[in-house]
Amino acid sequence: MEEILMKGNEALAEAAIRAGCNFYVGYPITPQNEILEYMCWRMEQSGGEFIQSESELAAVNILLGAAAAGARGMISSSGPGFSLFQEGISYLVAGDIPAVIVDVARYGSGIGEISQGQSDYGLVTRGNGHGDSHLIVLTPAGVQETADLTALAFDLAEKYRHPVIILSDAAIGQMMEPVSLPEPRKLGIDRFDWTVKGCKDGGKPRLITNLFYYMDDYDSFLRGKYRAMRENEQRWESFRTEDAELVIVAYGISSRIAREAVRDARAAGLKLGMIRLITAFPFPEKAFAALPESCRALLTVEMSAIGQLADDVRLADRCRREVGSVCTGIRVPEKEEICAAARAMLAGCEKGVAK
Amino acid sequence: MIYEVPSRIKYTSGYGFCPGCGHGIAVRLIGEALQELAVEEKTIAVVDVACCYLAFDNWQYDSIMAAHGRPVATAVGVKRVRKDATVFAYLGDGAAYSIGIAETLHSAVRNENITVITVNNGVFGMTGGQMAPTTLDGQVTSSTPGGRDPARAGHPIHVEDLMGKLDIAYLARGALNSVPNIRRAKQYIKKAFMKQQQGLGYSYVELLSPCPTNWGMEPLEALEHIGGEVLKVYPAGEFIDREG
Repeated sequence: MEEILMKGNEALAEAAIRAGCNFYVGYPITPQNEILEYMCWRMEQSGGEFIQSESELAAVNILLGAAAAGARGMISSSGPGFSLFQEGISYLVAGDIPAVIVDVARYGSGIGEISQGQSDYGLVTRGNGHGDSHLIVLTPAGVQETADLTALAFDLAEKYRHPVIILSDAAIGQMMEPVSLPEPRKLGIDRFDWTVKGCKDGGKPRLITNLFYYMDDYDSFLRGKYRAMRENEQRWESFRTEDAELVIVAYGISSRIAREAVRDARAAGLKLGMIRLITAFPFPEKAFAALPESCRALLTVEMSAIGQLADDVRLADRCRREVGSVCTGIRVPEKEEICAAARAMLAGCEKGVAK
Repeated sequence: MIYEVPSRIKYTSGYGFCPGCGHGIAVRLIGEALQELAVEEKTIAVVDVACCYLAFDNWQYDSIMAAHGRPVATAVGVKRVRKDATVFAYLGDGAAYSIGIAETLHSAVRNENITVITVNNGVFGMTGGQMAPTTLDGQVTSSTPGGRDPARAGHPIHVEDLMGKLDIAYLARGALNSVPNIRRAKQYIKKAFMKQQQGLGYSYVELLSPCPTNWGMEPLEALEHIGGEVLKVYPAGEFIDREG
């Protein structure tokens, strides 16, 4: 298929439209403005609806209405704006409403910094508003994967009638790479009976509200939904894990550096491998169950201050192995420091390794 | 003359508004207006939480319960997708002028082609009658036990001041306190839906409504309070009426 050179954010927007996204609402925030700016003309061109809203709070609640009315809808933001999405995400979950929500992550708490970061991991895997919310979280590590996972996100959202998150970051969103885009699809707004469209005389009105108001055993229903996601939707890439002594766990921008570290280390005789997350929820537990006996330690590489990913790794590994973290905060990790941390861990030396 | 219940209003037992509440009248008037316009099969209601949500048991339209203060935003999303539908947001004054004021105003700024009906009873009803932006100066509520003090809480918000100069289709305030006022309020509601049908944009009706429970009044006393006090602060009438 034909490849073109595109920025990650623009590839995300174009892939969404080609995947049948016909509704976008957003509010400016760096580093995801390319999505809003691309959608403002491209959505109209493709016959969909575009709104620049007054806030992210309005955006997510507008999205809820559009999705409940039958649109394939998407919103996008970065950390500070994603925090404001939380209210609506909770209502999307409560009402069984599919939608795609993008976080092109920047770094840190508060206003943080507009450069790439991975400190939203806890927010997207643990946050998602009040109540028992889990959302499928897709974590692309390049432009092609951004396009592929964007198209997948809409299908998964509708498969489970549940919102889906794409966790990109400033580096993945801003870099340019060759990409082959999905085939365009045109989807109508009457594909599902449950969406509001007007109730015919004598019909049963469609009510979009908290499901548990009308469901006898909502808790079982919700648990079943998450169980199905855990069984069917774990996605990851295992890279050189087959004989690895230490396996790095990473996603997004960090995983690109980690891959280089694995190559360098192997060239120098050190057997490293990597599990790269493609879904952060459901967490790819199956990848850890399949690790070889040779693997003695696990090392997360993440651009946060405290090692958010490490918690999930310990759980997935059932605390069998030592788990260390290279936490570089606002700084993109260097492959040399990853290799050094791996050597240190394997030597039983904790020096220089933040845990 | 025989008055019949609109076919899309169902009266249920076990649920419902407090005795003397104005919501029941508002729900009924909206049902009558939609029936007279024969748009019930393409009506979509977007309803706020709390007292407004009780209307879910009455209206037999496709409906969405929005987050508190966000029915206007959610209605915008619905209407942009289903342009042929008759879409309205139904919310209280706390939702419209406090937590959701940004959504109320910016949907008006964009002149979104929806109808918004706000029930103004001057308090947060479901939570126990706390002060709302619309609470009258000096009014006793559960969060202003000494009466609303303008020095600390400011003065009541008037929607005609907020939106009166915006380029929207329709803006009116009715009162649900007497038969003539109720009949007038219904005409405002019907007109608002007609503006939407004509594609003229944002149509907004505020309804002054009694809340005997939280005002600590008998139902009849509450109606008299609207006639004597509330309407002095909040004059009824049409403020914007744009023709096609």
